[in-house]
Amino acid sequence: MTSVLRVQDLKKYFPLGKDLFGRPTQVVHAVESVSFDVKKGRTLGIVGESGCGKSTTARLLMHLIEPDEGRILIHGKEYGQIGGRHPLSELRKQMQMVFQDSYASLNPRLTIEDSIAFGPRIHGVKEVQARQMARDLLERVGLNPGVFIRRYPHELSGGQRQRVNIARALAIQPEIVILDEAVSALDKSVQAQVLNLLADLKKELGLTYLFISHDLNVVQYISDDVMVMYLGQVVESGPVEQLYRQSAHPYTRALLNSVPAQTPGTRKDYIVLEGDPPNPIAPPSGCRFHPRCEFARAICSEKTPDTVRVEGEHRAACFRLPQSAGHQHYIALQEVQDDTTH
Amino acid sequence: MSTQAKSFALAAETAAISRGYWSTVWMRLKRDKVSVFCASILLVLVMIALFAPWIAPYDPSQGTMMKRLSAIGTPGHWLGTDELGRDMLSRLMYGGQMSLLMGLLPVFIAFVIGTALGLLAGFFGGWVNTLIMRTTDVFFAFPAVLLAIAISGALGAGFINAILSLTLVFIPPIARVAESVTTSVRNLDFVDAARASGARSLTIIRVHILGNVLGPVFIYSTSLVSVCMILAAGLSFLGLGVKPPVAEWGLMLNTLRQSIYIQPWISVLPGLMIFITSLCFNLLSDGLRGAMDIKR
Amino acid sequence: MFVFIFRRFLFALPIALAVAAVCFSLVHLAPGDPLTAVIPADAPAEVVIAIKEAYGMDRPLWIQFVSWVQRAVQGDLGVSVATGRPVMGDIQLALSNTLTLAFASAFLGFSGGILLGALAAVYRGTWIDKAATAVAITGVSVPHYWLGLILVIIFSVQLDWLPSMGAGPGGSANWAWDWAHLRHLILPAVTMCFIPMGIVTRTVRATVAEILNSEFVTALQARGLRRPRITLHIAKNAAPTVLSVMGLQFGYLLGGSILVETVFSWPGTGFLLNTAIFQRDIPLLQGIILVLAMFFVALNLLVDVLQTLMDPRIKRS
Repeated sequence: MTSVLRVQDLKKYFPLGKDLFGRPTQVVHAVESVSFDVKKGRTLGIVGESGCGKSTTARLLMHLIEPDEGRILIHGKEYGQIGGRHPLSELRKQMQMVFQDSYASLNPRLTIEDSIAFGPRIHGVKEVQARQMARDLLERVGLNPGVFIRRYPHELSGGQRQRVNIARALAIQPEIVILDEAVSALDKSVQAQVLNLLADLKKELGLTYLFISHDLNVVQYISDDVMVMYLGQVVESGPVEQLYRQSAHPYTRALLNSVPAQTPGTRKDYIVLEGDPPNPIAPPSGCRFHPRCEFARAICSEKTPDTVRVEGEHRAACFRLPQSAGHQHYIALQEVQDDTTH
Repeated sequence: MSTQAKSFALAAETAAISRGYWSTVWMRLKRDKVSVFCASILLVLVMIALFAPWIAPYDPSQGTMMKRLSAIGTPGHWLGTDELGRDMLSRLMYGGQMSLLMGLLPVFIAFVIGTALGLLAGFFGGWVNTLIMRTTDVFFAFPAVLLAIAISGALGAGFINAILSLTLVFIPPIARVAESVTTSVRNLDFVDAARASGARSLTIIRVHILGNVLGPVFIYSTSLVSVCMILAAGLSFLGLGVKPPVAEWGLMLNTLRQSIYIQPWISVLPGLMIFITSLCFNLLSDGLRGAMDIKR
Repeated sequence: MFVFIFRRFLFALPIALAVAAVCFSLVHLAPGDPLTAVIPADAPAEVVIAIKEAYGMDRPLWIQFVSWVQRAVQGDLGVSVATGRPVMGDIQLALSNTLTLAFASAFLGFSGGILLGALAAVYRGTWIDKAATAVAITGVSVPHYWLGLILVIIFSVQLDWLPSMGAGPGGSANWAWDWAHLRHLILPAVTMCFIPMGIVTRTVRATVAEILNSEFVTALQARGLRRPRITLHIAKNAAPTVLSVMGLQFGYLLGGSILVETVFSWPGTGFLLNTAIFQRDIPLLQGIILVLAMFFVALNLLVDVLQTLMDPRIKRS
């Protein structure tokens, strides 16, 4: 399978606060050296607590904000305003996004029809055709065009609005759709309906998804691959089953523990996530997770662990994994297993 | 898809007629008695001013010295006559033309220019914002009355100069409101969604920003009309607005001021007109603000 | 916070300079030569040039501006074209009269506004609220020069209780705190207090109503706090907003007194400004506007700083 989307070493810093002369006093490390691949027709889930840089990554991919460093390649092509790159308008046709707040992401002054037809109109589709497209798409996302087409966003329920937002994203016929917490604000029952719709659409239209969420159950349900982010960095990634079954990073394991069990009586690990994630303005030294990690050793606060292969495509960045520590700081895998089983 | 069936069912429930934002506002405004009352008075005043040449009993610039300063209630001159023996009723009718024009025109021009400036500043941010907003800050360093009088005073009396100075007074506050509204709208997801669709800045401003900014800025501007009426008449009152013998409420107040010992209540009439008009504009603006404040 | 205050001070400097530039350029807005008032129409060319040199009008514009600012900083605003007296002296005298009037109206307007606004907020929906709102909207809608005229008609012309002109007996321009002078202050001060009263009423009503609606007041009541303590809490929370509005209104009283001063022939800056305009006395005009605008800039600065000091929620760093 070929990569549709390849991200290499993406970085984004936000200046914060101003001193007497208007220079930034602090810098938020929102996204720090993020790299990943998405294969055609697959769904990559990105999970992490709020503030871990998931949404910033999404906006960087869409070029809604420009990265400070790194490359974003779609079918091997780089887009952007920098000379020699392919124009952004081309990118827009290949990648679209659905936002979390279903109300804020629809213009309250436009009818549903106008909102959906806006994208195609921009890309030169004739008005009559764009309107027909809007009707077809509404039908496709499960809303009766005859009823909804002339309505305004405030007259719809949250689930209905999110369907409209999906239709709006699909109107440009993209290959990749970024779903940034797209179902997080919905009720559980509505969430399930929208997730099913997304799965159906993916099959019918051969879409590739980037599914961003803090909800691990939802991510497990919809994703093929998962990437776990912590304070702007990727700590673990891999195929969903493997990662959920044998998580290699203590953070992933802690996250999974905080999720209510799907089946009552299922035995849980003992690792518990305590406290809030540290301030991204002054991230901890070394491994950023070490202040909250119960396996933290001296080295964890001194050096940043490399990302290493756990098994197949499953990778993680933790000193407890043998290769990550390097030769001098070798920690026996056996010891790690002892830790987790007592 | 079973979800489809469900949404059809839901749709049947909510099959009420869908209404756009402005028609909802209009509906709500019509239900507000005070607003309707004020709007009717203003409409009548505008009509009287427009049709003054046909309905005024006398020529507003022709007076008889014999009938100078007749009292209110004098047969033939029900609102009396002024210091040159001109019919007060006719002059008040004609006076509405200039007074209303001078109250509305500057705010209207300032609304157009100020909104444009605020949109640019709010949407593009950066140095465009700095340039525009820091310039308005300078004008904010002058109290409005002082600024209007200073510019008029330097330019000299006259209708055009008065309009010009009043417009300059109202551009900065309108630009400031437009900028803050634009900034908050620009940060909403639907603007990002529009950008993600590949729309250019100008298209986004036209389709997505303008419609959401015009409303709040319009309400704010309507609240300035009353201030502008009072200021405009004030300029004329100081002799900085229109020149005699033009009938204008502020100027009439100025010239009749000399006669308060002879016919005090006649000199009150032009001011009363300014007061009524400005009060109605204020109340109507409040009503409009209430009607446009539609929660999600 | 102190960084913010310092930044705010630094920010006021360019504003002040820009304000000076606007005042200076007023001369060049004026049609014709700014010296028309001093140069006789039939003056020979050499005389015109000589007069221009004497006033420094022959030099490049920016040099004129720089030297004008330099002299203004030292308190020299030039010489009146009409009277030949230094502008600064006339302005000082007029300013003290304007300040007297502004303080009197501010006192009346602010105390009335706070009282009406608080009453309206506490008794929301009752006739008290309606009456206060009516007074407020009338206050901001009434042309105050007309209101002044009505007061003159009633209290001077018809009842003959109070004087209608000047700041003291016999057209005295020097203010003194005695009844003979105070009688002259009453009508203009009452006339001018209506706008600030209307606006302060509205602000206080809205601010206090919002605080009363907030949960923390309910919590205070639930804790069994006495009414005076609750009132104190509300006052503390409403103060920053109300204060900033009052500061601005005081500035408007200073700058907006021209119309009322004209009605009552009150010998203040507004009255002087009116004279300057009609005698086309540009140095005087420039000087008055500069002084009033600088007062306004300083006042805004003061209000911002006070507000930052008072409101713990504003963390402007």
